[in-house]
This record gives sequence, structure tokens and C-alpha cells, in this order.
Amino acid sequence: MSDFLENHGIIITGAASGIGRATALRCAEAGASLVLADRDIEGCNETSQLVQKLGGQAEPVEVDVANADSVQTLISHAVDTLGKIDGAFNNAGIEGQSTRRITDWDEDVFDLTMGINLKGVWLCMKYEVDQMLSQGGGGSIVNTASIAGLVGLKGGGGYTASKHGVVGLSKTAALEFSSKGVRVNTVCPGTIETPMIDRLLDDSGAESSFFVEKTPIGRLGKPQEIGDAVAWLLSDKASLVTGIALPVDGGWVA
Amino acid sequence: MGKNLENKSILITGAGSGLGRATALVCSREGASLMLSDIDSEGVEETKRLVLQAGGAAEVRVTDVSNREMVETLVAETVSELGGVHGAFNNAGIEGDLTGLSRWSEKAFDKTLAVNVKGVWLCMKYQIPAMLQSGGGSIVNTASAAGLVGVRGCAGYVASKHAVVGLTKVAAVEWSKRGIRVNAVCPGMIDTPMLDRLLDYVKAPKETVLGQQPIGRFGSANEIGESVAWLLSEDSSFVTGVAMPVDGGFVAQ
Repeated sequence: MSDFLENHGIIITGAASGIGRATALRCAEAGASLVLADRDIEGCNETSQLVQKLGGQAEPVEVDVANADSVQTLISHAVDTLGKIDGAFNNAGIEGQSTRRITDWDEDVFDLTMGINLKGVWLCMKYEVDQMLSQGGGGSIVNTASIAGLVGLKGGGGYTASKHGVVGLSKTAALEFSSKGVRVNTVCPGTIETPMIDRLLDDSGAESSFFVEKTPIGRLGKPQEIGDAVAWLLSDKASLVTGIALPVDGGWVA
Repeated sequence: MGKNLENKSILITGAGSGLGRATALVCSREGASLMLSDIDSEGVEETKRLVLQAGGAAEVRVTDVSNREMVETLVAETVSELGGVHGAFNNAGIEGDLTGLSRWSEKAFDKTLAVNVKGVWLCMKYQIPAMLQSGGGSIVNTASAAGLVGVRGCAGYVASKHAVVGLTKVAAVEWSKRGIRVNAVCPGMIDTPMLDRLLDYVKAPKETVLGQQPIGRFGSANEIGESVAWLLSEDSSFVTGVAMPVDGGFVAQ
């Protein structure tokens, strides 16, 4: 395997499962050292073990990305562990009540969804960018939006709002910091085989064939396929790519 | 380094200079066998020389991509020379006139659309059946940041590049299920001869135009090559129908 992330210290949030876990494995394969964060510390420990099994370096950390103190602690811990932060994948997110119409979402779930998905990304960037600027050499940030950050999805309510917010926030960050060496992009996964999709299918009673038929490529995506895209965006190969919202969706938003 | 395009046969149009040449070199580094095409025979022979010098393999055909028969022949000969076609970078393009919309000549407008839009369509028309026979593939078309936003003085060019984005999405929606991914790359201001001409036209000091680039510099052709090589590779296996800006943040504004 190629080693295009060698000597890169990278933070990944939402690393306990699905896309975060697959991206951790991909980045480790490419030579990165990792700090893996999630509020689910057991899942996070498991991802770390999988990375170590591959011969990679990973340290698990418990975090609540909606809490400023918790994020600040994560970033300083990551600096202690990695020496510097070259890349960050701000990926922690929840679906909220994504099988309900917007009139049926509960206020506390709406607030929690915005807190984790949008404020969480802002808090992570707030401290990551500071660190990347202060260490010199800059860095690359990838935030997880979604196809729901680009188009409306029935039932998506607060989730769609939060993911559109992530796209806007990322563009603003890119405009503010790209000339100082910090690139910022979002990845917009389509329907990917993750625990989140399983929950949505369970809650709605829909069959996965519903999603397959709506996806031009004719299948669901694999978490590793998002990991491939994120690892590339985090690397120097994407040195001119900033401020973009990259769909990795089998053609859904086309 | 692992190679991402090993055993892939890739056709590149507009390979005689700029983005096409830089992409040829990156694809070759990643292990691809190349068919290089351009209307400019000297330029494309020079690209071939550079590829061979770097240890790669390349064939050359001189082609006008707006000519249906020439494109049909180009694709057929790619298949016969390289044993199939797994990737294509449809990159041949011209800028047309550099003047206000009402001053564009009809001749320049027609030619810009013929090369930039019809050329991409013709290439895909023949590449898609050839790729189906080769077991699937990946197509990347060159659009532009001007395929996503308007640019003063570039009426026909902007129209053509917006059309490339549309055509790319239709191709993706139609063929992704059959194993052919189709994407567009949207370069921003890249350090090429075309940029110098644009800067001349807008008569703005270089610093002013640089100030409009969020990344604070112009891009290099090699950076487009890296993006195209990624889109052509299996590392982007779930990416299709995308118009991907590689523009230092220009269209995020």
C-alpha cells in the first residue's frame, strides 16, 4: 500500500463505528498516526485495536463534541500524543429522528442533532485551526456532511438542516484559512452500509432496495469508499482542493 | 509507493500541453498505459517523449475531437493498441474569444461549443461501449470553475463548460449502474498559458487576481493531474456524477 499520509498526525471523531472506523483504518494503512475520539469509548477502543492490528498507531479518547471543554481537552491531548495535528476528520454525527416529518421532530432531539452535527464541527475546527496555524505548516480538515447537506431528504428534518450547515461552515472556514495553509473540505456520503443506515431502515420499515434503486450506481456504498476519499483529501495530493463539498454517493445528487 | 492505475489503459485528449500533459505524467507514474491525443502533433509528441523519459508507455494520435470519424477511430485504435480502455480524460478544449458577450464572434462561439461540448460528447459516445467491453471504466471530463460560476469575457467558454457539467451528470446517471463512472474536474486559475491570456484581458494586476484566490496562489497543472488520476482510480469507486472543483476555494466564495 502507498504511504501518502506518512508522518501525518490525524484526529478522527466519530471513530467508534461506520465511516469513522473505516477512515481510521484507511489513514493508518497510508501511514498516519491517529487519535480516535468518540463518546462511545468501547467502540473507539475497538477501532484502535483494529488499527494496531494493522501495525498502525492509534490512541482512543472519549469526547462529547458538543461540549467546548471536552473538545479543547481532546485537541490538547492529541497534540501531546501526536506532537502536531496535520489532519482532522470531524465526523461525529447523529441522525436524530430522521424517519419523522419535521412537524414530528422533538425539540430536544433537534437541539441535540444541531449540537453534535453542526456546533460540534465548529468547536472541533475552532481548536484544530488554532493548533494548525500555531505549529506552522498548516493542515487539512475534512468535515462529514452528507448528500443531506446538498439536497433535501424526506424525514431528514434537523439532520438535513445540520448537514447543510456543515457545508456552509466549511466553505467559510476555507475562505478564512486556506491562504494560511489550512485547507477545509466536506465529504458528502450517500447511502453507505453503516449502523446509521441500518437504524433508518429498521425505524422506517423500508427495504435497502429502496435506496439501491435511487442510487445511479445501483448499490449502497461501503464505509471504506468514504475512507478512501477522506484519506485523499487529507493528503498533499489534494493540495489545490479546498472549500468543496465532495459527494461520494454513487451519483445520488447528480 | 503503491501504484493506483496499474494495468489500466487510459486515453487522454488535449494531451499536448497544460493539464493534459501534466495528467499524462501523473497517470504514467501510477502505472497506466496511455493513448495521448491532441490536434497539435508537436505538443503531443513532446508529451509522449516526457512520458517515455519517465519510464512510462504511450502512443500518440492526432485528433480533432469535434470530428466524429476521427474520434471513432481514436477510440478504436486505443482499444487495438492498448488492449482495451479503462479510463478516459476528455480534456481537449479551447477558450474561444476573450471579450464581452456581445462582441464574441459567431465563428468563435460555434467552434468553442464544437470542441468543448460536442467533443466531450463524441468521446463518451465511443468510449462507453468500448469500456463496457473492457469490463467497466472511469471517465473524467474537463469542465472548469467556469462550469459552475460566470466569468467576465468568457461567454462561450462558460456556456460550454456548464454544458460539460450537465452532460457528465447525464452520463453518470445513465451508465454508473453498468460499471462506468463519469465525473468532471473543475480547475480554477491554473498557471498555464491560458491564464496569462485571461490576465491580459482583464488588465488587472496579478496581485488583485491573486487576492481573489482563497488559497492565495494559482494552481499548478500537476495538482489537476493528481485529482484526475484519483478520479480515474479505484480509490474513488463510489464517486460518480460529481463536478469536482480543484480551484483553491474559488467557487466556495
